[in-house]
Amino acid sequence: MKYPITLTVNGQQHSLEVEPTKLLVDILRYDLGLTGTKEGCSVGVCGACTVLMDDAIVSSCLTLGVAANGKAVVTVEGLAQNEELLPIQQAFIDHGGFQCGICTPGQVVAAKALLDINPNPTEAEIKDWMLGNLCRCTGYYKIIESIQAAAGQKA
Amino acid sequence: MDYLAPTTLAEVFDALDKYGEDARLMAGGTGLVNMIKQRLVAPECLINISGLAGQYGQVRPEATALTIGALVTQRHMETSAVIRDFSPLLADTYHRVATIRIRNAATVGGGLAHGDPSQDPPVSLSVLRARVRLAGRSGVREVELDDFLKDYYETDVRPGEVLTEVVLPAAPARSGSVYMKFLPRTADDYATVSVAALVALADDGKTCREARVTLGAVGTTVIRATAAEDLLRGQVLTDEAIRAAAATVPAAVDPLTDYRGSADYKRDMTEVWTRRALTEALARAQQATA
Repeated sequence: MKYPITLTVNGQQHSLEVEPTKLLVDILRYDLGLTGTKEGCSVGVCGACTVLMDDAIVSSCLTLGVAANGKAVVTVEGLAQNEELLPIQQAFIDHGGFQCGICTPGQVVAAKALLDINPNPTEAEIKDWMLGNLCRCTGYYKIIESIQAAAGQKA
Repeated sequence: MDYLAPTTLAEVFDALDKYGEDARLMAGGTGLVNMIKQRLVAPECLINISGLAGQYGQVRPEATALTIGALVTQRHMETSAVIRDFSPLLADTYHRVATIRIRNAATVGGGLAHGDPSQDPPVSLSVLRARVRLAGRSGVREVELDDFLKDYYETDVRPGEVLTEVVLPAAPARSGSVYMKFLPRTADDYATVSVAALVALADDGKTCREARVTLGAVGTTVIRATAAEDLLRGQVLTDEAIRAAAATVPAAVDPLTDYRGSADYKRDMTEVWTRRALTEALARAQQATA
């Protein structure tokens, strides 16, 4: 049986009918065409599917669409405004904070959420916050450097 | 699959009456959604109780205890000043759960009702002698957490009942406590071995009035190391006394071999980490007394 839900995604409201087991990551990717959010491990560990839901980072692979009913979701596509990258996005480019790019949307969304509540995090705070976002290419130094570079700017 | 999102307890009871054992309650969903995806459970109806957060999503100080609504998020437990003031041990413990994403979604009650013996919070909640409140049509009953956690993923939630609140008694006077999580793999992993210890000192500031030790991830539920607790009560906590108490722990646990370590290794580690935890809890108790 399908259930009606309303989601606000990147500021735009969507009304959908979904099976109770349909995952937010699948709604974003298949129903709304927002393929920036990636699905990696599918068990809430790797962080590739990180999105903001009512300003809090969550694993969209563990979030049911029905449970997101009425919530405001922000994906990586919703960060840049008028094609202008956020400082945290530009910093990932400038500091080589990615290689293959699969983990990057999740990294960037998680880093933005950190800078929103803590504009000048210490390295320890960055590591603590970001430990749930795995990267299999870069190692983590470039990611930490990117976040440090963006810190203090308007993110 | 059917889906219900009740906003009152009466509606939850109605849904549980209708679907019985074929229904599953869900709050944050981090445990249940994984189980559904892995086909470990296939509920006929999913009852999302997040809509009761207005009633059961707050922390309420009472005279000598703190009442924690089942729908309080684990992230709130970690970041709330009220929780940290009342129990630094509990705030520290919730900080160790998985990742911020999980803690943002997962709830206090959902975690306990999940009945997973490798989780962090039940270990410290056991040491704090927490109780859970279970609401049913006939009323509310209160159960010691140690009795509530019955077996591997099995709890004392009876048909028709909902875990609504956790009651946290104040820690004893002149006490110190700590949660230690042995993580040889990654920082967001389940513990290979975890232990919470609490030491309360007598008026002389030296004699142990009470010691509490509970271990996680080394049995089908969290395990209280009662032999160690008994050995320490009334003693002056020298290194030797702590060593002797920790040496009783391996006999009390029953770990499984998995990719986090062999059963034998984990058993050995329970002694090491109990020793470290008791030593740290004692130091903190002495600080609190000084």
